[in-house]
Amino acid sequence: MTREEILKAIKDKFKGDIIDIFDKSPKRAYIEIRPESIRKVAKHVFGAMGARFNIATGVDVRGHIEILYHFTFEEIALVVSFRVKLEKPKPEIDSLTPLFEATNWIEREIHELLGVNFKGHPDLRRLLLPDEWPEGIYPLRCDYKEWDKKAIRDRGV
Amino acid sequence: MAKTIVPIGPYHPLQEEPEFFTLTVEGERVVDIDVSIGYNHRGIEKLSERKTFDQSTFVIERICGICSTSHPFAYTRAVEDIIPVEVPERAKYIRTIIAEGERLHSHLLWLGLAGHFLGYNTIYMWAWKLREEILEVMEILSGNRNNYAMFKPGGVRRDIKPEDIPGVVKKIESIVPTLVMLKKAVTDDPVFHARTKGIGVLTGEDSINYAALGPTSRASGIARDIRKDSSYGAYDKVEWDMIVSKNGDVFDKVIVRILEMFESVKIMKQCLLNLPGGEIDLNLKNIPPGEGIGHVEAPRGETFHYVRSDGTNRPVRHKVRAPTFMNLPTFKATVIGETISDATIILAAIDPCYCCTERMAVRDARGRKLYAGEDLVRLSQEKTEKMRGNAA
Repeated sequence: MTREEILKAIKDKFKGDIIDIFDKSPKRAYIEIRPESIRKVAKHVFGAMGARFNIATGVDVRGHIEILYHFTFEEIALVVSFRVKLEKPKPEIDSLTPLFEATNWIEREIHELLGVNFKGHPDLRRLLLPDEWPEGIYPLRCDYKEWDKKAIRDRGV
Repeated sequence: MAKTIVPIGPYHPLQEEPEFFTLTVEGERVVDIDVSIGYNHRGIEKLSERKTFDQSTFVIERICGICSTSHPFAYTRAVEDIIPVEVPERAKYIRTIIAEGERLHSHLLWLGLAGHFLGYNTIYMWAWKLREEILEVMEILSGNRNNYAMFKPGGVRRDIKPEDIPGVVKKIESIVPTLVMLKKAVTDDPVFHARTKGIGVLTGEDSINYAALGPTSRASGIARDIRKDSSYGAYDKVEWDMIVSKNGDVFDKVIVRILEMFESVKIMKQCLLNLPGGEIDLNLKNIPPGEGIGHVEAPRGETFHYVRSDGTNRPVRHKVRAPTFMNLPTFKATVIGETISDATIILAAIDPCYCCTERMAVRDARGRKLYAGEDLVRLSQEKTEKMRGNAA
């Protein structure tokens, strides 16, 4: 399939779920979808269309939390990023781990660093942060403040 | 049968990053594995948000001492993708040369350690001696044996001097005979076959399901290589082949990496001999608001960077995904069902990085120490010795 065919196929199939399409460059496209449709979109793109899951990026943009699910169509080198916007203060979205293993770790990571709850994730333990890290403090949020007053941090750099 | 828990880590002797494996074994068989990471979490993504676009290149170069090119490469491509802009031809060639040199020394490092853990110290010595040659080449080209600091958004920092090229080409040609010898040492040895064939198989379906990358997926028959799929740098201008093998076991992962080294030599040579003239840097001044994605094929697989800019001189978000992040979870598919003496090499077969101090112990239920790290390596080496005895 060519680039146009792939984008058109996604557009036709998920007409009601797509909010916005930003066709950035020949190798990049960003598609904003409704958070509740992520599971069916991902299932189709990963399963039926055979795209590879690269990774997901979580971004805190003050008003809401954005997650970008990056998928690559390898034959034509197209990276399609599905963007969802989650409302604060309790961001929530369906987990993709029941569909494919590749999202397991990144969802755990976004969960602890940005405080997004992935509904249906089989094992939402911490991945990177230490055990003594307090609950409810998310280091990648904009409003993150140093919580450990005793810690010695090198701020000279 | 009673289940025993074998903790390996948090500082694993085989892996580059500190990782903690909890193997549950029944007798000799591994029945479950849990991987914990985060012992060396440095918060580089957050750190990068406080640096300017130029400074970030140096910060992320220090993510890994072995793939110290792939991260800046992916990052600079992501920044260039924001604008979007293409770097000058000469810069593309220089970037490719440095990236391939890194692949060569990284694969040699891995091969040496894999040999060591199987009890083949000859391979270990050869591979590491050969790696020294590559590091010398890198020192001639960039001034550094590691952390080359060659990349910047918009081009490269240093040019390659024309008078260095003949010597460098001669040097990388001189490693080919030793590579051939290494390949023979691996492919002709019946005991090496017995130790690695059919061990730790990652099937094609699992490879897709876990989105495994690089040699780990190419050994399972999934032809996935960013250099070919989404060509960047000078990879589409030189002749080379993607190495794919289909069995998915440890042996195939070794073979894929060895054959890839020959391709790397080919790419490096062609790039050095056909180096085009012209500028090496675009002198980017301002990065406009927007977002960019850069991905390159690191020695271990695809390195993926996402950078978002708001028009200031710092990124607002910089996401880094190293290939091992995707490859590590495949242990769930490869280690379970194998014996504990094979676990050592299977856990090393995806080539997670190696660097940290050794701290590993086997404990029984009451917490008595049974084996230390060296003992597990010894266990693996003894198995090879035994098989060698039987073969003779």
